[in-house]
Amino acid sequence: MNESIIKKTDWLILPVVGIAVCILIWSLIAGKEVRKETLDDFGDKVTKVQRVGVSADLPSPAETWDKSKPYILDPFAKRGELDQGILNFTWLSLKLVAQGYLIALLVGTPIGFFLGLSKTFSKMFDPIFQVLRPVSPLAWLPLGMVLFLGAKLTIPGLGVTYSASDLAAIFTIAICSMWPTVLNTAVGVRAIPQDYLNVAKVLRLSKTKTLFKVLLPATLPYMFTGFRLSLGIAWLVIVAAEMLTGKPGVGGFLWQQYNALSYAHIILCILTIGIVGFVLDRLMSLVEAQFKTA
Amino acid sequence: MFLLEVKNVSKGFGPKGKRTEVLEDITLEIEQGEFVAIIGYSGAGKTTLMSLFAGLIKPDSGSIKLNGKDMNGPGPDRGIVFQNYSLLPWLTVYENISLAVDQVFPQWTPERRREHIEKQIAMVNLTPARNKIPRELSGGMRQRVSVARALALKPDILLLDEPLSALDALTRANLQDEINRICQEEKKTVILITNNPDEAILLADRVIPLTAGPRATLGPSIPVTIPRPRSRALINESYDFKTMRNEVIDYLLMATDKRKVAMSKKLVLPDLLPEDLNEPRSLISAKRRPRRRSEQRRETVEVTI
Repeated sequence: MNESIIKKTDWLILPVVGIAVCILIWSLIAGKEVRKETLDDFGDKVTKVQRVGVSADLPSPAETWDKSKPYILDPFAKRGELDQGILNFTWLSLKLVAQGYLIALLVGTPIGFFLGLSKTFSKMFDPIFQVLRPVSPLAWLPLGMVLFLGAKLTIPGLGVTYSASDLAAIFTIAICSMWPTVLNTAVGVRAIPQDYLNVAKVLRLSKTKTLFKVLLPATLPYMFTGFRLSLGIAWLVIVAAEMLTGKPGVGGFLWQQYNALSYAHIILCILTIGIVGFVLDRLMSLVEAQFKTA
Repeated sequence: MFLLEVKNVSKGFGPKGKRTEVLEDITLEIEQGEFVAIIGYSGAGKTTLMSLFAGLIKPDSGSIKLNGKDMNGPGPDRGIVFQNYSLLPWLTVYENISLAVDQVFPQWTPERRREHIEKQIAMVNLTPARNKIPRELSGGMRQRVSVARALALKPDILLLDEPLSALDALTRANLQDEINRICQEEKKTVILITNNPDEAILLADRVIPLTAGPRATLGPSIPVTIPRPRSRALINESYDFKTMRNEVIDYLLMATDKRKVAMSKKLVLPDLLPEDLNEPRSLISAKRRPRRRSEQRRETVEVTI
């Protein structure tokens, strides 16, 4: 009886215990404010505030919560360009990620198909892809800046204007998050069983019909694995992109608060980025599960 | 005129030097309405033979004619049932068949196509499972879908490539009876490739052995004289059946034995003896070293018993 209750609540209790342990370790190494009252040379009382601890400047959990409250409790506030509620920042970052990610999918999927279908194409471009794949977003962003130097893109219908740094950020997100989609799609296309292709051949399906009726559905599970990994990377890149371009968003906020010596908000940003990334991954894996065949 | 005419067809794989000839000098003539079973060892090239008939691969030499015309690539005039079903796993039973029917009979009205598909599904007794995807079906059911899909194309000839070999014995027997019934009803021309002599004799009008590979070729065809309808129970008792089965098996065994040729070869053993580990290893006096057999001499060694 007792045991079964413990087993049933495992999923809740164990993670809570884990989080508690981490917070405990955090509070142990975090710094504390110590007030010292001394008399100065004129005999007046002076309070000196000093931080002591293993890592003196690291804010403790309580301090972090205290300082983050205005951002969390009023998540949609807009007090200034770089002083907004945390969900506002998240929304801005997500918008940017969505644009770069969409481009990555639109470009990456066809490239993956070409890689998988054509040996010549694969031999021609695979080495380049393998070299470009491990390049960090921090390295791509300056190149993006150079590429779109002075560029200004206005989409007439929507009234949205993209500055050079917007374009550079989107470019960076797109090119960094493209690779998992490209490679997984290519693997998926190569892994299509010969039987399915034989079916297409026997029925004399046209090229387009073979693509949409056989190749695409057969590759979908692989493609979605790629899409999921790509989304993870796109979200990873956002911080770097926003940091370097100074755009408002979770990453931009993080960098600004670091420069403003407001360390509690860094932790807030890290947790936000982590939680949003986790939620995105869960959502994608739900979508992915819909497309699993066989 | 024969429906299918195969003349001196050979097929090999691999680059020059490492090439293996799989099939050699295959000649076969099949008449309209005939049920022919080709039986052979696994690995003999049965599936290669079937792919040739289907047009999925081209012969290196020789010709294959269907209806008097040279065969030109795969096509829906030959319905194929593969060993591993080849159903598209993301489509339901109905959709799998309709993909084929829609492609092959675009001139029909949608209503007629739908009726045709339903008829095929009913023929293989799968109407209750029409909206299931292959994953939800048993092996036997999948294979029946595959048969229905092949027959839905109204092919001139039905090619069955070991259709039942992945199934358990009981399902296999059931499906054999079903294939038998359908083929008799539809009066189809069928080539069945199998590794099971009983299956071949039970179903076919004529059994042709395929010798073991490489360089497999077809043996003389053995007509099955047992009258139809053949019952599984009676056939096991039948004397004709046993003789026929022995004939097929004997031929296959004999054809293999014929390839075995006596050959004498000189075998040379290595002339080296292992070094004596009791001798101390020393750089100067090379006492411990591998010795040649020719250096061997009789020594007297004291042993305490």
